[in-house]
Amino acid sequence: MTDTNQRISDIVSNNDVVLFMKGTPLFPQCGFSSRAVAILDHCGVAYESVDVLQDMEIRQGIKAFSDWPTIPQLYVKGEFVGGSDIMMEMYEAGELQALLQEKQVARAE
Amino acid sequence: MAMAASEIAALIEAALPDARVTIEDLAGDGNHYRALVASAAFAGKSRVQQHKMVYDALGGRMGGELHALQVVTSVPN
Repeated sequence: MTDTNQRISDIVSNNDVVLFMKGTPLFPQCGFSSRAVAILDHCGVAYESVDVLQDMEIRQGIKAFSDWPTIPQLYVKGEFVGGSDIMMEMYEAGELQALLQEKQVARAE
Repeated sequence: MAMAASEIAALIEAALPDARVTIEDLAGDGNHYRALVASAAFAGKSRVQQHKMVYDALGGRMGGELHALQVVTSVPN
């Protein structure tokens, strides 16, 4: 496993909910990342975010790690959930809220 | 680097011949699209798998040439 893969693996295993995104939750740098942040905020869960624009290795590495070509990417309890389109579909169907509840992730403070 | 809507639809239809594909140009700029793809091939697949099938059809363009493409998949009734 490459160092980058190991770093990504550590991030997704050490945090219940992780969003790999462009920018930060306060200042998203892309409409899709902004949408992903809004969805997580609506779900009211605590989450870690990783700004891939600050780390080129992770920006490229995350695509190989998940075999998914775009950013943002959401991980819950180490499992890849999807990008912002899937997050939106799941949110609208109530499935994302159900998943977060089922996985017993912490609520946002 | 933008792609035409017809080109996106053709790539998806080539990979998923039964698919009904609708491409919407969201911003009218030939760069921000939404692809609605309905195919029986999605039956029994997870959302991640369904989206990957569409991305595979686009042959590596997703995330590069095609940045702003929303994908919505469904199985026809």
